[in-house]
Amino acid sequence: MPFIPNTNLQRIQMLAEMGLDEDGLFADIPAEMRCKGMNLPEPLAEQELRNLMSALAGRNRTDLISFLGGGFYDHFTPAALDAILSRSEFYTAYTPYQPEISQGTLQAMYEYQSAICRLTEMEVANASVYDGGTAIYEAIMMAMRVTGRRRVIVDQTVNPIYRKMIRSYTHNLGIELVETRPQNGRARRSEILDNLRVETAAVVLQNPNFFGMIDDFTDVAEMTAQHGALSIVSCYPISLGILKTPGEMGVDIVTGEGQSLGLGLSFGGPYLGFMATRKKYMRKMPGRISGRTVDEQGRDGFVMTLQAREQHIRREKATSNICTNQNLCALTALTYLSLLGKQGLREVAQSCADKTGYAKQRLLQVPGVRLKYPDRWHFNEFVLELPARADQVIRRLLQRGVAAGFPLAAYYPDMEMSLLVALTEKRSKADIDFFAHVLEISL
Amino acid sequence: MNIPESLHYTDQHEWIKVDGQVGTIGVTDFAQNSLSDITYVELPQAGKVVNQGDELAAIESCKAVASLYAPITGSVIEVNDDLESDPGLINTDPYGKGWICKLKIEDDLQLSGLLSAEQYKPLCEEQT
Repeated sequence: MPFIPNTNLQRIQMLAEMGLDEDGLFADIPAEMRCKGMNLPEPLAEQELRNLMSALAGRNRTDLISFLGGGFYDHFTPAALDAILSRSEFYTAYTPYQPEISQGTLQAMYEYQSAICRLTEMEVANASVYDGGTAIYEAIMMAMRVTGRRRVIVDQTVNPIYRKMIRSYTHNLGIELVETRPQNGRARRSEILDNLRVETAAVVLQNPNFFGMIDDFTDVAEMTAQHGALSIVSCYPISLGILKTPGEMGVDIVTGEGQSLGLGLSFGGPYLGFMATRKKYMRKMPGRISGRTVDEQGRDGFVMTLQAREQHIRREKATSNICTNQNLCALTALTYLSLLGKQGLREVAQSCADKTGYAKQRLLQVPGVRLKYPDRWHFNEFVLELPARADQVIRRLLQRGVAAGFPLAAYYPDMEMSLLVALTEKRSKADIDFFAHVLEISL
Repeated sequence: MNIPESLHYTDQHEWIKVDGQVGTIGVTDFAQNSLSDITYVELPQAGKVVNQGDELAAIESCKAVASLYAPITGSVIEVNDDLESDPGLINTDPYGKGWICKLKIEDDLQLSGLLSAEQYKPLCEEQT
């Protein structure tokens, strides 16, 4: 179907027919909220534009040995993945409002949802939301709908970028957001419990947490349930290849970032937010859901289901204003999981954990370097305490071709000497040894 | 179109059967016919207090979601749990087994402001 825009003349004619002028169309938007101009530069010729974009792209370093994590990881993606995804039937598929011509997409969405449920050990999943951060926001709104309460506890061990997003998203919604502080890098149960005594809708945690630490939140899930609130855990999907799942911990809503499932880093997106929950909360969950059914002739088929929750039907009473999903990204995640299989995913996770073990050991051999949280279990990330400022060390190591990690002081002001180091299956022993070597000479 | 004489009606196609201080509420035959196959009913919690006109329940069908509004001010004393497993009862028996909830009536005077079967009938004819 071709896209045929309206001509200027047609627009004038339509407005005249309605008895409106251009401004009249936007009369419902308060004057102080209307666009006052966009301050755009002058247009460029095509070659000038190419030069500008090349120059910008040239500022990216793609040659670095990366130990950078913080929620987004440099994982291996098999070549078969791109080959499958670039098929035009997948690449150009749009929202499947007409099930009779979208069975392929709908089946893929259904299988993606099934994969997420298997991975997290939860009962029902949606067809994805934008990213791990908005997934937490949607989970919070969901918990508020279920409990009828407006107070939410978010631990500071949850990704600070996500916490910032949550604050932005909920800014004008009259929600009470409380951040609990960790103890020794771990979510402090006593502080969470104290806060639960006030009527709360949800408790939000992350596993592994932002410092790379593994935790078992079964106790927090129980405590939260006892107080009539819902537990929300944001998790790292690769880690679920070997770790206890949030489902097993008894968590109510599981969210996470699916970037590590074959999406590549892409300078920040497009990413993938997954959400899964218990069947009893299903109707309060936002987002698209693909369902399996039979048609009038008894043949198996797939449709978008529970659409009455969605904006195109329920309007302002909808569960969310999201009316889309990250279809191609969800398909990427499904394809990645299918290519790796259960065994492959376990191997990737184990490889990350093993290399982390080796990296810890090797980096601690560098004089003056210690582990900030020595008696904790880590998955693929850990915090090093350096004898110099982390941001300076990062700059020095960049000159030697190594992206050393994430400077925690960017979000945790009293952690200037702390560096968050991440390992994936892509880092070799030689990479790690080289990192230790350049770190030693840079300190 | 079935419109029992003994009930009170609203212009939102709800009916209420009064028995002392208890009002049983549902949607009319006209409503169930317009909605077509009902797939789910979001029932209120027992104890919920509503003012006349507040949203009491949500009725989902294949094509729409309709709100059920409280015909009178009161508090929810009972909900029809059968609707959880068989929401189609509203289609097959809207005045009987398809009842939705029971309210404790706070203000009898509000009843006189509702429509009789005679007054409700022309509304259906208008909207058909």
